[in-house]
Amino acid sequence: MDVQALIKEQVTSNPVVLYMKGSPRAPMCGFSQTAVQILQACNLPLFFSVNVLEDPAIRDGIKVFSNWPTIPQLYIRGEFVGGCDIMREMYHSGELQKLLEGIAAPD
Amino acid sequence: MSDANPEKPEHANAAALEIEMQHRLSTLNPQQIDLIDDSALHAGHAGAQNGGRHYRLRIVSTEFAGLSTLNRHRRIYVALGDLMHSKIHALSINALTPEEIDSRP
Repeated sequence: MDVQALIKEQVTSNPVVLYMKGSPRAPMCGFSQTAVQILQACNLPLFFSVNVLEDPAIRDGIKVFSNWPTIPQLYIRGEFVGGCDIMREMYHSGELQKLLEGIAAPD
Repeated sequence: MSDANPEKPEHANAAALEIEMQHRLSTLNPQQIDLIDDSALHAGHAGAQNGGRHYRLRIVSTEFAGLSTLNRHRRIYVALGDLMHSKIHALSINALTPEEIDSRP
């Protein structure tokens, strides 16, 4: 499967996907860490995440997928939401909590 | 803009990059640009090994009116072009219209 198809499958088969540097338990970048903390503050302690540092093809591919040059990137129900600044803004306005309504953490 | 010159001291390359960023962002007709170099805060972390720099940008332009935050950021990324893929490792953005500033305390 080519990387664009793989990303497409990841974001459509999981309600929430965070492409980040490191893992939620051990983020490797302050922006990724903030993104994790925001999702956790939205009552989503667990979510599907992809560590781009482990996969150079995804690290490059995700920037092409949504034509967005930075990481982290958040997808909800297959839609690109934004990066860390946008997540923070949407969290403070309550928009992010609304988007995440009805989404349960994976088992 | 000439490429980063390894002969030059680090701060001179950083200054040249900031001038180039300001120049490219001027295509958005900003009333105000505040560009803060945060690189020192991120020195040495795993994601920053390619040596790109970290910036915080606050930019005010009437051109952001009617655009979502996502689309404001896209305009900025387009203006900065290839710098986003090379010399800028991270950019934190606060993009506002003049009206939004006036309505804030």
